[in-house]
Amino acid sequence: MSALGGSMRRMAAMVERYLYLLKGSWPRLVELAYWPTMQIILWGFLSEYLVGHSSYLARASGILLAAVLLWDVMFRGQLGVSVVFFEELYSRNLGHLFASPLRAYELAGALAIISFLRTVIGVGVAAYFASLFYHFAIWRMGWVFVGFFFNLLAMGWAIGLLVAGLVLRYGLGAENLAWAAVFAIAPVSGIYYPITILPHWLQVVAHWLPAAYVFMGLRALLFRHVVASGLLWHAAWLNLLGLSVGTGVFLYTFRDARWHGRLLNLGE
Amino acid sequence: MDAIPAVHVRGLAKHYGSVTAVAKVDLDLAQGRVMGLLGGNGAGKTTTLAMLLGLLLPSEGHIEVLGADMLRHRYRILSRINFSSPYVDLPHRLTVYQNLRVYAGLYGVRRAFARIRELARDLDLEDLLDRPYGRLSAGQRTRASLAKALINSPQLLLLDEPTASLDPDTADRLRGYLKAYQRTSGAAVILASHNMVEVERLCDDVVMLQAGRVYDSGTPAGLIGKYGRITLEEVFLDMARGRTLS
Repeated sequence: MSALGGSMRRMAAMVERYLYLLKGSWPRLVELAYWPTMQIILWGFLSEYLVGHSSYLARASGILLAAVLLWDVMFRGQLGVSVVFFEELYSRNLGHLFASPLRAYELAGALAIISFLRTVIGVGVAAYFASLFYHFAIWRMGWVFVGFFFNLLAMGWAIGLLVAGLVLRYGLGAENLAWAAVFAIAPVSGIYYPITILPHWLQVVAHWLPAAYVFMGLRALLFRHVVASGLLWHAAWLNLLGLSVGTGVFLYTFRDARWHGRLLNLGE
Repeated sequence: MDAIPAVHVRGLAKHYGSVTAVAKVDLDLAQGRVMGLLGGNGAGKTTTLAMLLGLLLPSEGHIEVLGADMLRHRYRILSRINFSSPYVDLPHRLTVYQNLRVYAGLYGVRRAFARIRELARDLDLEDLLDRPYGRLSAGQRTRASLAKALINSPQLLLLDEPTASLDPDTADRLRGYLKAYQRTSGAAVILASHNMVEVERLCDDVVMLQAGRVYDSGTPAGLIGKYGRITLEEVFLDMARGRTLS
C-alpha cells in the first residue's frame, strides 16, 4: 500500500474509533446538539424582542441568529479537536496509539475530520430549529455560508491543536484551556458588534483573527447585501497561518512528550 | 534462523536531568528467541521497552529492530512489532471488538474480522467481544490487551508484566499460548516480568537490570548455575539485596 493509502487507512481507523465513542453514548450525541440549540432558542427570543426596539437590528433581523450559529461553528470545531483528543488521555491510550504506525499528523487529521462531523451535527440541529421557530435559514446565504463555515471551522481546528499541544506538554491540568481559549477570543472577534468599537490595541489583535473578518463579512452581507469575498480570502490566509502554528505546536509538543516519556504517563 | 537480529542495542541510555534511568545498556536478541528483562521497581525495564518502541527518545545509544534503525525507520518497524503493558489502557467505552477493529485498521491487518475471531477463540474472549473494555475484570483486560498486541501477528512482541493480574490458571494458560505463538510464528519476544517462574518457563535468555544498568545476563539455567542457586528467584534476590558472587 502507498504511503498516502496507509495514512488514509490509519486516519479512517481513528475516525472509526471516535464514531464508536459517539455511537455508544446517546448522552454524548444529545450533548452535541443540546448547547447550540439552547443558545439559538435563547438568542432567537432575544432577537425577536430587539428587532422591535432597535433600528439597527430591524435592518437585518437574522444578524444575531447568524452570529450565534457561526460562532458555534468555531466553538464546536475547537472542542471537536481538543476534547476528543482528551479522550485518549482519559483512557490512557496514547502509548498504544503511538506504539502503532500512527503518525502524530495523522491523529491531527482524524481529529479534524471528527470535529467537522461533530460540528455539522451540533450546529446543523441548531440551524434547523432556527429555521423552524424563527424562520431564519442560514443556508439561504448560499456559497458565502460555506466560506464562513470553513473559515471558522479551520480557526477552531487551529486553536484545538494548540490546546491539545499544551495539554501534551502540561498534562490534563491544562484541559480547561479548551474552554478558556475560545472565551478569551470572543470579545475581540466582533461577533455581535463591529470591531471598530474596540480600543485601538484590541483592534490590532482582532485583525489577526480570521473570525473578525468572517463577522465583518457577515455584516456586509446582511446589512449591505454585499458579498465581501476579499474578507473571506483574508480570513483564509490567516487560517493557513493559524493552522501552521497549531499543527507546529502539536507536533513539537508530541516530540517533546517522546523525549520526556509523557506518552506512557499522561492520563487521569 | 534469520541472520538479522530482532533487536540489536548498543550504549542505550536515558537521563532525566541528573537522574539516570537507563545507562549504557547493550542487548542482542536473535529472531525466534525469548528474552526476559528482570529487575526490581525502577530498574529501567519499562524505560528500556519504551525506547525500543520509540515511545521514548533515548539520550544516547543506537537501537536496531528487525534490521532497521529505530530512530530513522520507526514507522516501518512499528507495523511489524507490538506491545502490551499494564501502564497503558485501551479506550474503556469501546467494546473489545471495536478496540481490536480500530487497532487492526491502524496496523493494516487484512481480513481483520477473521483475525479478531481467531484471537478471541485463542484467548478465550469470544463471549466478551461485545462488552465494553471498561467493564472487564483485570484478568479479562489483560487478555484483551494481549489480543491487541497480537492483532498484527508481530515479529517482535514486547510484553511488560503480561500475567501480572491473572489468576494462576489463566496465567498458566496464557503462558502456554504465548509459548505456542512464539514457536509457530517464529517471533522474538522481550518480556519484562517480576514472575521468576514465568521467566524460567518462557525465556531463552535473561538480562538482569539494576539501577538502569545490565547487572548480568545469560540463560536461566546458566545464571542459576553461575550463582550456585536452585531457582532464578534466588538469583534475583541476590542481585536485589546486593549479594555478589564470591
